Amino acid sequence: MHALVFAALGDATRLSLVAKLCGGQLCSISQLTRGSRLTRQAITKHLRVLEGVGIVHSVRKGRESRFEFDPRPIEGMKEYLDFVSAQWDQALARLKSFVED
Amino acid sequence: MNDRIEKRIELKAPVSRVWRALTDYREFGEWFRVKLDGPFVPGQISRGQMTYPGYEHVKWEAVVQKMEPEKLFSFTWPHPKSFEKADTPPDYSKEPVTLVEFRLEKTATGTLLVLTESGFDKLLADRRLEAFRRNEGGWTQQLKNIESYVAQKP
Repeated sequence: MHALVFAALGDATRLSLVAKLCGGQLCSISQLTRGSRLTRQAITKHLRVLEGVGIVHSVRKGRESRFEFDPRPIEGMKEYLDFVSAQWDQALARLKSFVED
Repeated sequence: MNDRIEKRIELKAPVSRVWRALTDYREFGEWFRVKLDGPFVPGQISRGQMTYPGYEHVKWEAVVQKMEPEKLFSFTWPHPKSFEKADTPPDYSKEPVTLVEFRLEKTATGTLLVLTESGFDKLLADRRLEAFRRNEGGWTQQLKNIESYVAQKP
């Protein structure tokens, strides 16, 4: 997974939740808890953190909430990093001209 | 996608020359394109105004971190929600900051400069980039605008 997302989320469990969700399916807490050693409560807490960052949204479907992945914050961050990177390329080129003359 | 930016650049100039260009506030301002109010002092806020075309309305504000002569110059600076003109300027004390580090190494031909900017995970956690995505065209459009502007005025 992306180093950036990992650093922001700071937790292997959250990362694995995102990995499960980024296939595009809506998942219930039961489905997300399956195969994990964590309790439903613990998984719910992690999901709330992911919702706080904006990369997961809950969708009410019948009795249970389902969760879906939203790539937009990550895509936005990638675009922003590319932008900052390009700015630095230009600034450093100006520094090079400045000191080499 | 990494959580930091790293650039390495070989400069055909002595380390002392590069150090001066980085840490003398007037010289820094010339190539970075910012008019700074005063010298860089570790632990103190550096303020100024951008002189880069298209960004003249943007304020510069950074907190100088380390100045290890001819080795390391670093500062933290905020990433505002938008670089567009706003009626009220951003409150930089509330914005998440990243760390910019310039490391210098003497080489056979001059100086190796390594630039690192880190801490972008805080921007992701802060959710500020959603505003960019929701704006018309988002960053991709802003980038295109800037690219075409810069191409006209090298």
